[in-house]
Amino acid sequence: MPFWTFFGLRRGKATTPWPDVDLQSGQEGVLGMPRFEPERCEPACGDCAAACPTAAITVRTGEAGKERLAVDYGRCIACQLCVEACPADAAVPSFDWAFGTRRRSDLLLSAGTDAPDPETGERHSRDGFRRSLHIRHVDAGSCNGCESELQALNNPFYNLHRFGVFFTASPRFADLLLVTGPITYAMHEPLRRAYEAMPAPRWVMAAGTCAVSGGVAGGGYACGNGLDGVLPVDLYLPGCPPNPAAIIEALLIFLDRMPQKVKGGRLVD
Amino acid sequence: MSAVAEHSGAGVELVPIEPARLPTAVSDLIRSGGRMQMSYAWYRAPGHVELRYLGSRGQSGDFFMWRCDADGPVPSVAAICPLLGWYEREITDLFGVEFRGHPQPQRLVLHEGARPVVPPLDPAYPADTKLPFEPADGGLPEVASPDVQRLPFGPVRADVVESAELIFFYVGEHILHLHPQLFFKHRGMEKRFEGRSAAGAVVLAERVSGVGGFAHALAFCQAVEQASGCMVPPRARMLRSLLAELERLYNHLHYLGHLSHTTTLKVGEAEGKLLEERAKQINGRLTGSRLLRSLLVAGGLRRDVDPGPWLGGELERLQAQVAVYARMLENTNSHLDRLITTGVLPREVAIDQGATGPIGRASGLDRDLRRDHPYAAYGMLPLAVPVRTSGDAHARVQVRIDEIEASLALIERARLQLPEGPVRVDCVLPSHAEGLGWAESPRGSLFYAIHADGDGTLCRVKIKSPSFSNWRVFPFTVHDSNMMDYAINEASFGLTVAGCDR
Repeated sequence: MPFWTFFGLRRGKATTPWPDVDLQSGQEGVLGMPRFEPERCEPACGDCAAACPTAAITVRTGEAGKERLAVDYGRCIACQLCVEACPADAAVPSFDWAFGTRRRSDLLLSAGTDAPDPETGERHSRDGFRRSLHIRHVDAGSCNGCESELQALNNPFYNLHRFGVFFTASPRFADLLLVTGPITYAMHEPLRRAYEAMPAPRWVMAAGTCAVSGGVAGGGYACGNGLDGVLPVDLYLPGCPPNPAAIIEALLIFLDRMPQKVKGGRLVD
Repeated sequence: MSAVAEHSGAGVELVPIEPARLPTAVSDLIRSGGRMQMSYAWYRAPGHVELRYLGSRGQSGDFFMWRCDADGPVPSVAAICPLLGWYEREITDLFGVEFRGHPQPQRLVLHEGARPVVPPLDPAYPADTKLPFEPADGGLPEVASPDVQRLPFGPVRADVVESAELIFFYVGEHILHLHPQLFFKHRGMEKRFEGRSAAGAVVLAERVSGVGGFAHALAFCQAVEQASGCMVPPRARMLRSLLAELERLYNHLHYLGHLSHTTTLKVGEAEGKLLEERAKQINGRLTGSRLLRSLLVAGGLRRDVDPGPWLGGELERLQAQVAVYARMLENTNSHLDRLITTGVLPREVAIDQGATGPIGRASGLDRDLRRDHPYAAYGMLPLAVPVRTSGDAHARVQVRIDEIEASLALIERARLQLPEGPVRVDCVLPSHAEGLGWAESPRGSLFYAIHADGDGTLCRVKIKSPSFSNWRVFPFTVHDSNMMDYAINEASFGLTVAGCDR
């Protein structure tokens, strides 16, 4: 069908210059994880924690009646309910959707508490993989929101191939296992077998809040609480779902081609 | 019991029925041109399961619900009304109700090897306890002939797709039988609603099937609104219709791109997915969420959105591109050759097995909840419902292409007719209330039935998703077909797994 060829040529280049050129990530207006300013909290409030559907926020009364706010962004689904509940502008909406981290502890924002650091990652050197990475995706019970955004990675706008990153059909060719969903009881074994089929060195990415911590579906009679305790995780990306640009940033962070932006639950520019 | 009757939602008549009379009543209804929509169970009191059967008399006759106690075995109606077969099996798995004379008494929602001590939806089921599970064979019959191959494909399949196992029985290229082993992704979502407030549960409804999240949340909110009798302000109703059409738009564009992928039309795939991306970016700019999340609440919308002239301009541009794209697809012989006469779904099968949405409309079923049972602002908008009769993959594509055009026209009308005013009223779920909400999602009819506890929190939510209906229908188009056509046929159905498995 030659007219498709001409059509394609006439259509020109659709791929965004981002991330080399800023501001063209395609996520204009897309809300991310809320930012918190605990010093603005009203005494004995806790409205945000009550509104949070995934228990990502805890408020404890510390010394001198001062509230101590702790946020686990690994549980955040960016639903903005805390922002609406907050009477004091201590929780504000933001465009911080790029939340890829190598350590789970970097997703914890806590005022004055020491979170234990579940040290993972760095098990294998990624040298030799920086310019070529093959991914096997396993859906372990997602709502298909994550799949929708993962499928978008190969559309002409994001064009994931330009980074040397590819999805592969067989786990035997895969370097990274990208897992979505809270890990249902029936997907637990197929997921484990996909991981076992991968050659070393192999890495695991928890993509989406469900895979990081269980999300809204976690627990119950049929679901687990994400990948922790199931497989060793090397890359965390909460988001519900994480948008394609957030997924690309996370992969580039993993490949040491971009600095990690989130530390201690805060985006550092 | 009387409390239930008092608060039953307006518009849905509740009729008590003796279990023994069910088979006669169902066949009488079908013979008179009515149809069954779904059935579900709930615990009206500890230890007492009540069954509900949702039906409608005629095309746009009001919905009614039969109710009957299931303290003992209940006669199955699956042989009379096949589409209810899966609902009965689901009720057996999750509530332990026995249906006498079911033609397929195997498990459906729970996998073989799951051993719950009490049925998972029984309030006595220990909270947050994972089902004891030993993977076991699904109990498919052995095939005697050595020429018949059995191919289990999945649940982890090629590419980025949802998990499901497809078990083919085939000879050479010829598929004799397909058994889709679904429910690997069963998350027990219905139970996750229990104990939540109506406002706090919207985030769950948005995440039952991500790409249908707006329709799911809309049906849920409408069920709550029906139960509490609150009136949604006109601006919110119009915006709801507008946003629901934006959801249809990006889903159908994705569908065209993905279908081109299966017919190896590479530029067509790229263009479809690029247009889907544009639609998602428009969603993001308008609502803050590419999947239109975090907006709905019972009583209206959580905040106002402004579909100003910029949206009109963007959609006009998109419309021109879609028109060119659709025309090119319809002029590409290599593409059409793979679609025409592929995966034919006869009208009778579509009716009996419960096909819905574009799948039903491609097989001659002129049904659309937006027109037949209007909600949001659809009663005030001109709606074209495309119907085809050939029932093949091509008809399913044509219906969707026409729906894209119709959606774009609806969005523009809704944008221009959008009234000023508030977008939210308070909506409190009364104690022991119940309600039914519905929506025509991009994939077809979607129902939420909700029941409230004494304290106004949810104690039972039943979700009838379109993919649950269409996954049941799908194998009928695969039996006796060709391996080469399988992927194309599956793509032409546009099914989701999450919506079916829940």
